[in-house]
Amino acid sequence: MFAFITSRILQAIPVLLVVGFIAFALFAYVGDPVTIMLGQDYTAAQREELVRALGLDQPFIVQYAKFVWAAVHGNFGLSYRLARPVSQLILERLPATIELAVTAAALALLVGVPMGVYTGIRRNSPTSRLFMVFSLIGVSLPTFLIGILLILFFAVLLGWLPSFGRGDVVHLSHWTTGLLTVSGLKALILPAITLGMFQMTLIMRLVRSEMLEVLRSDYIKFARARGLSERSINFGHALKNTLVPVITIVGLQLGGLVAFSIVTETVFQWPGMGLLLVQSIGVADIPVMSAYLLLVAVLFVAINLIVDLLYYAVDPRLRLDRRSMTGGK
Amino acid sequence: MNAVARFIDSDFLYSFRRSPVAIISALVALVCVFGAILSPWIAPHDPFDLASLSLMDSFKPPAFMADGENAYLLGTDDQGRDLLSGIMYGTRISLFVGVLAIGFALAVGITVGLVAGYMGGTVDAVLMRIADVQLTFPAILIALLVDGVVRAVLPREFHEKIEIYVLVFAIGIARWPQFARTVRGSTLVERGREYVMAAQVIGLSRARIMISHILPNVLGPVLVIATLNLGLAILDEATLSFLGVGLPPTQPSLGTLIRIGNDFLFSGEWWVTIFPGIALALMVLSINLLGDWLRDALNPRLR
Repeated sequence: MFAFITSRILQAIPVLLVVGFIAFALFAYVGDPVTIMLGQDYTAAQREELVRALGLDQPFIVQYAKFVWAAVHGNFGLSYRLARPVSQLILERLPATIELAVTAAALALLVGVPMGVYTGIRRNSPTSRLFMVFSLIGVSLPTFLIGILLILFFAVLLGWLPSFGRGDVVHLSHWTTGLLTVSGLKALILPAITLGMFQMTLIMRLVRSEMLEVLRSDYIKFARARGLSERSINFGHALKNTLVPVITIVGLQLGGLVAFSIVTETVFQWPGMGLLLVQSIGVADIPVMSAYLLLVAVLFVAINLIVDLLYYAVDPRLRLDRRSMTGGK
Repeated sequence: MNAVARFIDSDFLYSFRRSPVAIISALVALVCVFGAILSPWIAPHDPFDLASLSLMDSFKPPAFMADGENAYLLGTDDQGRDLLSGIMYGTRISLFVGVLAIGFALAVGITVGLVAGYMGGTVDAVLMRIADVQLTFPAILIALLVDGVVRAVLPREFHEKIEIYVLVFAIGIARWPQFARTVRGSTLVERGREYVMAAQVIGLSRARIMISHILPNVLGPVLVIATLNLGLAILDEATLSFLGVGLPPTQPSLGTLIRIGNDFLFSGEWWVTIFPGIALALMVLSINLLGDWLRDALNPRLR
């Protein structure tokens, strides 16, 4: 187990180094931050002062070393657009994105898995067909269109839910949460559905097809022959064995959740990291872009690691394989 | 039997005629493609002709609503442009970007896949490692960042002119690894076949063997993936344009139209954003369903 984790972490390091280098190259060579920050009118002395302040007058190696050293300490320099530390900007917006993504993922799992089980067991019932049509729409409609449609119905026509922002938030030292106020919870509903929709339909289809596969297998027939209850067969035996591919896809899709939070946050003007990124790209705010890139890389590497570990926990065969493999050598 | 007769008699056409979903999606896709290509000639209005625009005509509702006019079937936008015409021209741009981006991704992916699969060794290891790393990141995120970097490098006026090709590049570069991996997989299989050995024995160059001998035999599966990816590439473009980092309003794609219309959702002019949205969804859905059908029809195991 320990050897496994270590080797996975060692594999992740080159990935992070490559992404780090791209992030630095962006940071160092793209655009002219000095002109952007100074605006229209400036003197040569002002310009020189800013170049020195940003450390742009130093050689490549020094800048790279400084960049890595600073990044490891969570320091990504100043945003060109807002002239504030990037780490501070990101930390302010991190809670909003995490709350949105986690709610969306929970929604996708809590709705998607039961729907998948239901359509798998009663594959020809009218409800199942309805679910399947619904899932086709969920897979084909782009995220932003789902958001716009939800806003049109629930905010514009019915006026039940807010269409933008986070509502009232509560400050808990460094963390701001919208989960403790009524307006915060109401504001969370539409964005979470928008973001979770694709994952939800994906999970539903996956669980369904896996259930169909598993229910045909011999050990299910055997379980029936032993006279186990339907409930125990469906959930204790069948669902459990569908979980390995579901975990893979859900894990890998967490990355997609982060990526599409950018879109959802733009539609709903949700004050998270994704909205920050889009606003930064619009004006070529490189420090924010490179910090985001690094952060996302770390996040994805971590997700992949966790998915691998979950395999281990769910599928005992993997543990056996590894033991026999290493034992055989 | 000539080629036409063979085609009419083929399993392929048979399975197409047996599948209502495939027929309907093909029809919808054809309507989209022809409406898009022919838009300069068959669109009821020219949305880029400033002389024909009048602010008096702005926000006309669709023809089927109480205040609608028959001249503007789907209504008009904030500047009095006919929405139907705007959608036709927009679909043209969306399709253009999508097709070129997939073409670019195919070119890069096939080249990398062939070289990696045929050469093997370090070249293979390095190229596939790059593809794996890139596959960890969602394509839309890569396209967004590439687009952002190009935006930062180029001066603004120049950038607006070539944005359409920047998008092609960004979306294409975000989608090549999948093609590369598929081609590499089939190349590894083909490399061991006798016809490849024969070609090696008569001393053909490596490039010649890869291009004229292996390539035709590995193309099939890639083209199916390309169809499925075309829908995704069109969505990528729409998403970027919607986020405001894609095509500018002077060159509106469907995504740009949806973004423009989104500003008027609250003042009740829902059609400005909903109709382009429906057009986009229908086009992508039909392409995806066609791709699904093509995958099943060409997969002998499912017959």
